[in-house]
Amino acid sequence: MSEKPLISTRDLSVHYPLRGGLIGPKPVVRAVESVSVDITRGSFFGLVGESGSGKTTFGRALLRAAPITRGSIKYDDGEVNYDLTTIDDKQLKDYRSRAQLIFQDPYAALSPRMTVRDIIAEPLQVMGLTKTREETDARVREIAAKCRLNLEHLRRFPHAFSGGQRQRISIARALVSAPQFVVADESVAALDVSIQADVLNLLKSIQQEMGLTFLFISHDLSVVAHICDHVAVMYLGRLVETAPTRELFAAPRHPYTKALLSAIPSLDPDARGTAQKLEGEIPSPTNPPPGCKFNTRCPFAIDICRKDEPKLESSGSEHNVACHRWRELAETEVPA
Amino acid sequence: MTSLLNVENLTLQFDTDEGRITAVDDVSFSLKQGEVMGLVGESGSGKSVTAKALMKLNPGNAHYSDSTKITLHLADWAVDIMSLKSSRDMQVVRGGAISMIFQEPMASFAPAISIGDQMVEQLLIHTDMTKKRAREVSIEMLDRVGISDASKRFKQFAFELSGGMRQRAMIAMALSTKPKLLIADEPTTALDVTIQAQVIDLMKDLVDDFGMGIIFITHDLGVIAQTADNVAVMYLGRIVEQGPVREVIRTPAHPYTQGLLAALPDLEDMDSPLVPIPGDIPSPLERPPGCVFHTRCSVAIAGKCNTEIPEFVQIDANHRAACHLATKGGRAS
Repeated sequence: MSEKPLISTRDLSVHYPLRGGLIGPKPVVRAVESVSVDITRGSFFGLVGESGSGKTTFGRALLRAAPITRGSIKYDDGEVNYDLTTIDDKQLKDYRSRAQLIFQDPYAALSPRMTVRDIIAEPLQVMGLTKTREETDARVREIAAKCRLNLEHLRRFPHAFSGGQRQRISIARALVSAPQFVVADESVAALDVSIQADVLNLLKSIQQEMGLTFLFISHDLSVVAHICDHVAVMYLGRLVETAPTRELFAAPRHPYTKALLSAIPSLDPDARGTAQKLEGEIPSPTNPPPGCKFNTRCPFAIDICRKDEPKLESSGSEHNVACHRWRELAETEVPA
Repeated sequence: MTSLLNVENLTLQFDTDEGRITAVDDVSFSLKQGEVMGLVGESGSGKSVTAKALMKLNPGNAHYSDSTKITLHLADWAVDIMSLKSSRDMQVVRGGAISMIFQEPMASFAPAISIGDQMVEQLLIHTDMTKKRAREVSIEMLDRVGISDASKRFKQFAFELSGGMRQRAMIAMALSTKPKLLIADEPTTALDVTIQAQVIDLMKDLVDDFGMGIIFITHDLGVIAQTADNVAVMYLGRIVEQGPVREVIRTPAHPYTQGLLAALPDLEDMDSPLVPIPGDIPSPLERPPGCVFHTRCSVAIAGKCNTEIPEFVQIDANHRAACHLATKGGRAS
């Protein structure tokens, strides 16, 4: 793995204006606020958070599919480098073939009226990546085989397939243009556990084989723990903690990360009631609390947390945390 | 503890355009008062259909076999559910003795009627409360499930509440008639983990307070481990393994249960590879003969598992598995 970032964002903010009243400032949803992060080439980068934390919007911004209000996104794959805030139409077309998205729901993502072959071939045709039908077919068959699809099934329609097979079709379509960067947004959330394991294994093996960089968006920390090498935790549009996966799970520093980890239902029936419970719900992004965005639910919040917003700061090699009290909490607190 | 519910030989088929399909096949279980039973399985395993059968809520193309017998034991009356014909007779059971909460609280509340009016309506149907009393009881229930400012929420509509709040309101509504049996169909699946933990805690409190039996349907074995006393694992309409939750999770006897557990990402051991169960759940139109799981089973014996339907083997006092390879006190592997 090279250490150069493929994607690097600085102070990235995505705000959506809301219809407001006649007087006063228009309300805005601050979906993503001042996010600075580097995604290393060839890494499997996890992004976790509850619904409403802004993780999907962040993923879309990296694909230039959400409006960038402030800040910058730089992309550099060694062949080309783009500044996504100033990219022109011609470059954007090229970027589209280099950055792809895999959706959550394989039942909604595939057109029921196209054959599997046409679904997978569509990006090649839209982007003009292949010249002849033979060339297209060859590419489709190659990627379908990589995604462990039965080549005889290419002439069928999506309704004939199960959820796991459909998700493999979605993956094949995302990868057919030979992208460098793939955003997988809750790509296994709709699958049964026995199938989920299969799709995760497939994503990992393809990532390693093709040297891809993944942004893996998920609400499921145990899935992220297994597949990602780096994890960022988001809350109300902000990054609250980023670290290599092992480090994050062994020594979580932010109270939110700790709470998320302890909320995962344990498979041990004797561990009942030991979890550290988080009160309340995520506040509305139109009216976030002042100071640290987590202060309304944080059991350790003190005055400064309600006034000043903590910056993401280094707490060791590659481990960053945005909490005023992480140092004292790390010293005094028992692990979650 | 006294027996609350007995289900014997429940077999349920649906007429579809492609033919008659079997959704539930010879399912038997029982539930005591105050017991939480987990019903686990993947999509298509028949767990929701089984639960709905307890209230005969399945659509008109459903056929129950003659051998099906469902008995609900109320204080002074053993209700034979299958013999209830008119929807008037069913009212005693539906929403009265049995309540159900669903996965999607947004889809379960009427969008144009306030939460409060919906709660009052069912109390007027199922109890002899006055409207004023029904109102008081509803607000008390909303308060009890941890909704702050209950009298204000009472007047609000479902869209005005957050997901976690809606599920709490749904639980309040389901419990306000003081049912003997609560069926919870994936009640936490649509919620974030932190909210899920809150709802699970709430449900455990309520069981202690009200002492009703709960059938908790989920695909998440972690949720089962945290809530249930006993668990039944379903696959393609059959119960393949059932028993006390500790035994089933720690020493699973059926290869399907073992496979489900192996496929789960484990936070304690991040290095162990995820092991999927090979293949997909077959279409109900192509139900495999013999053991329904043999097409995906890594230890299936040709000539036996694909022809003979396995009987239940008693693993331990209350733990049993339907597998040709399961042995008393041991496990198939």
